[in-house]
Amino acid sequence: MKRLSEERIKVLFEKLAKYIGPNIKLLIERPDGLYCFREQKDRVYYISENILKLANTIQSENLVSAGTCFGKFTKTGKFRLHITALNYLAPYAQCKLWLKPAAEQQFLYGNNVSKAGLGRISENCEKYQGVLVYSMSDLPLGFGVAAKSTAECKLADPLAAICFHQADIGEYIRSEEDLL
Amino acid sequence: MGRKAKFNEGVIVKKGPGRKAKKQKDPIFPKELIETEKSDKKLSARQKKRLKKREQIKKARENNQELKEDNDVPKDITNKTKKQSKAKGFSDENSSWLKPKNKPKKQLIKLNSSDTDEELEEQSEVESDISDNEEEQSEVESNISDNEEEQSEVESNISDNEEEQSEVESNISETDEEDNVKLGNLSDIATDSEAEDEENDDFDSDDESDDAKDSDLLPIEKQNIKLKKKLAKQEKEAEEELQLNIADQETFKFPTKESEEEVKSLQDVQQRIREIIRVLSDFSKLRDSEHSRGEYIDILRNDLCTYYSYNEFLMERFMQLFPLSELLQFLEASEVQRPLTIRTNSLKTRRRDLAQALINRGVNLDPVGKWSKVGLVIYSSQVPIGATPEYLAGHYLIQGASSFLPVIALAPQENEKILDMAAAPGGKASHISAVMKNTGVLFANDLNKDRIKAVVGNFHRLGIVNSVITCMDGRKFPSLMKLFFDRVLLDAPCTGTGVVAKDQSVKTSKDETDIQRCYNLQRQLLLAAIDSVNAKSSTGGYIVYSTCSVLPEENEWVIDFALKKRNVKLVDTGLGFGTEGFTKYRHLRFHPTLNLTRRFYPHEHNMDGFFVAKLRKFSNVIPKSADSDEIDEETFDNIESIEEESDSSLNTDSKKNKKETKQKTKIIENKKRKLNDDSEKSKTSNKKKKLQKNSDDKNIEASSVKVKKLKLGNKLKNKKLVKEKVVNTSKTKEINDSKAKVSPKPKEKGKKDKRIKDKILNGKTKEYGNEVNVSPKQKEKGKKDKRIKEKILNGKTKENGNQVNVSPKQKEKVKKDESVVQNDISIKLGQKIKKNLKKKNKKQNFGALKKDKSKMNGPFKHKKGK
Repeated sequence: MKRLSEERIKVLFEKLAKYIGPNIKLLIERPDGLYCFREQKDRVYYISENILKLANTIQSENLVSAGTCFGKFTKTGKFRLHITALNYLAPYAQCKLWLKPAAEQQFLYGNNVSKAGLGRISENCEKYQGVLVYSMSDLPLGFGVAAKSTAECKLADPLAAICFHQADIGEYIRSEEDLL
Repeated sequence: MGRKAKFNEGVIVKKGPGRKAKKQKDPIFPKELIETEKSDKKLSARQKKRLKKREQIKKARENNQELKEDNDVPKDITNKTKKQSKAKGFSDENSSWLKPKNKPKKQLIKLNSSDTDEELEEQSEVESDISDNEEEQSEVESNISDNEEEQSEVESNISDNEEEQSEVESNISETDEEDNVKLGNLSDIATDSEAEDEENDDFDSDDESDDAKDSDLLPIEKQNIKLKKKLAKQEKEAEEELQLNIADQETFKFPTKESEEEVKSLQDVQQRIREIIRVLSDFSKLRDSEHSRGEYIDILRNDLCTYYSYNEFLMERFMQLFPLSELLQFLEASEVQRPLTIRTNSLKTRRRDLAQALINRGVNLDPVGKWSKVGLVIYSSQVPIGATPEYLAGHYLIQGASSFLPVIALAPQENEKILDMAAAPGGKASHISAVMKNTGVLFANDLNKDRIKAVVGNFHRLGIVNSVITCMDGRKFPSLMKLFFDRVLLDAPCTGTGVVAKDQSVKTSKDETDIQRCYNLQRQLLLAAIDSVNAKSSTGGYIVYSTCSVLPEENEWVIDFALKKRNVKLVDTGLGFGTEGFTKYRHLRFHPTLNLTRRFYPHEHNMDGFFVAKLRKFSNVIPKSADSDEIDEETFDNIESIEEESDSSLNTDSKKNKKETKQKTKIIENKKRKLNDDSEKSKTSNKKKKLQKNSDDKNIEASSVKVKKLKLGNKLKNKKLVKEKVVNTSKTKEINDSKAKVSPKPKEKGKKDKRIKDKILNGKTKEYGNEVNVSPKQKEKGKKDKRIKEKILNGKTKENGNQVNVSPKQKEKVKKDESVVQNDISIKLGQKIKKNLKKKNKKQNFGALKKDKSKMNGPFKHKKGK
């Protein structure tokens, strides 16, 4: 477990900002203790300092995971969020959209969200902003990128994509092997 | 509207007069009738009118009689059905005088009746005029209600009977009675001409009943009698048959080779299994005198193997484990999957909400039981329960009911440091984390890299953030984080004999070596688990050991081993149900507190076969000091190998080893008694106990010890020597021991003693095939005594496959034979002899001890290097 380099921190935070905006600071300044981002094998973990100390006693080759995995850095230096980060993204999301029950299944199989499946959407969504996807019963299903702004959505064709799929909780079953 | 119907059973509708009921009741009330009749009474003129009418009717009748005769038959039939109640009125009492009436007579009667009618009416005309009151009475009586009409008829019949009895009076009374009847009916006739038909019907029904009354009984009664007879007969037959069956069963024939070839279908096999079990249940009575119990059991085992497709080894184990009655239940239950259960993730949702959400998806579920607040049983489901959005969102996970138990037993507290040594796929570990509410830290470890991925997936799905997931050998944890954890859960890898339903391959794939491999690993893991727990933890110091196997080798025996090896004691699991663990199993005698462990069986508790034991570590010191730690670690493998040998020898039950095993068990029992006594005495004697335990352990593990000789030696020693204070380690005792012997005083006192000892030791050495020759020179010098021991011990070590070779050089180097202490035998001997040391030597010994200790590390390191 090592600290992230300045560059990587910047990349990570830029990415997170797309989804949760200024709420990033809520992740770092928590009332219940110090939390930090650490990196191992290009994976970024969000972890309490207390647990981090203990995790550091384990040899790195034996350590599989600690705390919550947020995503990984690709070989090209970009950061990719994993579905495992959903637990922390969902409560702080800036832009949300809700799916009709019929469209839930579609999304959970890894498809984009079309206008037809759109139940409702928060008002101030910008184009290409990170968007959290919920079911109508407020169950976070995953996240993606808004293909259209809220205003455009109203006029969109029923089959037009509203949100590009990035990650969904179906991955826990579909690709348990390579979650991290 | 109106009617209060019982649409639901169990809902009691209040009974009361509804509107409709009132309306309907009115006509039934006799008041109106009475009123009309009263009016009749008052209107005598009307009576006259009625008489006129009657006459008219009579005339009409006379005219119509011929026609009526034709029509009578069909009317009779219809009326029979209509007025069965009237037929009832003709009871047995009528039978005598109604007998002669036959169908041909009917018409005559009718004719007569019509005639009599006429006559009677004429009479009644007169009579009614004369005695109105009488008529009134009779009319009232007859017309009060329909029922009363019937009654009146009955009365008339009765009176008719009476008439028969007294024929003289009959004419008068008959006419009177008939008058009454007719008058009653006549009032109807006045309104309805059909009344006449009714009258006729009465007679007809009489006839009908007459036919049946040949034997003084109604047809129903006759049938009843017949039925009773039939039933009695059937019962008799059944009883006879039953006895026949019993007789058949009693002669269960022991299968010969030929008959065994005949038995081929599974049903035959099942039949034979049942028969043999029955025979075995009452063996002395039902047995075939030529065959022993063993032969029966052999056949039974073979049959069970074929029927349930187990291999013989596992079936034999099960037969040893369960009484025969339970065995079948267990095997049957092992064929069937346990009900699917899920555990609510209390971090994300509540059970009630989850249940509601799932019910909305068409899942039929129920709480798993009172013992768990998070479990749900799934009876049926329209959707795949492992792929609902709730599942993916981490609101629940699929987990067997038995998997809840270890975590409940562990009872994790918030802010604790907990280790799950074999965590995959993370069900129990996530349960722990949920109970801790994501506080503290949870180490989830598993050796298998592929399975650890499931842990990662489950933890992230369930939102567990206080975890460290590692992939390493659990046995290495003590070296990494010694005395660190508050609680440790060890759900040890096992043969899985409790979950045969889940994995049928267990039935055939397991054998002796698999089990041995398993319990050796389990013992090592359990010791590692105990070593990584901190006994001084303010909240914890607990270890929970669980397996999904039902074999005592993997459960009680492992716990028993740990009890001897470490400073742990069994505590109550807090589960509240489950059967108690074994304290003895075949030749094995476990620590008596093993009844605090819990076993779960598929046939008894409707969950997978499971074992849970909860240990509390009461001291970090452990029956070994800092240096004996090293010994143990070093010799651990050796000990294990020795155990394996001895175990295998136990299990193979070869004749040679039988004696030994008996002796061993004797020793164990003796030691246990001592142990118990000690524990009662005081807590301060803890160390003593530990030592004894330790020595016990060694005793058990030591191969082929001649008990008698040892005992003899002990007695002799004890005579002259006094008990010594218990010192921390057995090793130090050993050293003390040797010192004591070296010291001149014991020499002087007990030269004889020494010789005896030597003899014993010589005997021992010979026994072990050691080449050591105890020369007279050695005897002369006090020091040599030690060397002899050394050599003896060496011999032992060789025998046990120990690699420790104490070369002569080493002997020289290590003046005081600590090096040999490594061997468990030496420890044992030390233990034995410790009692023999003199009090006077104590101080000297202690002084020497310290020196020894400092020296002792040397040889060990040396050996380690080796």
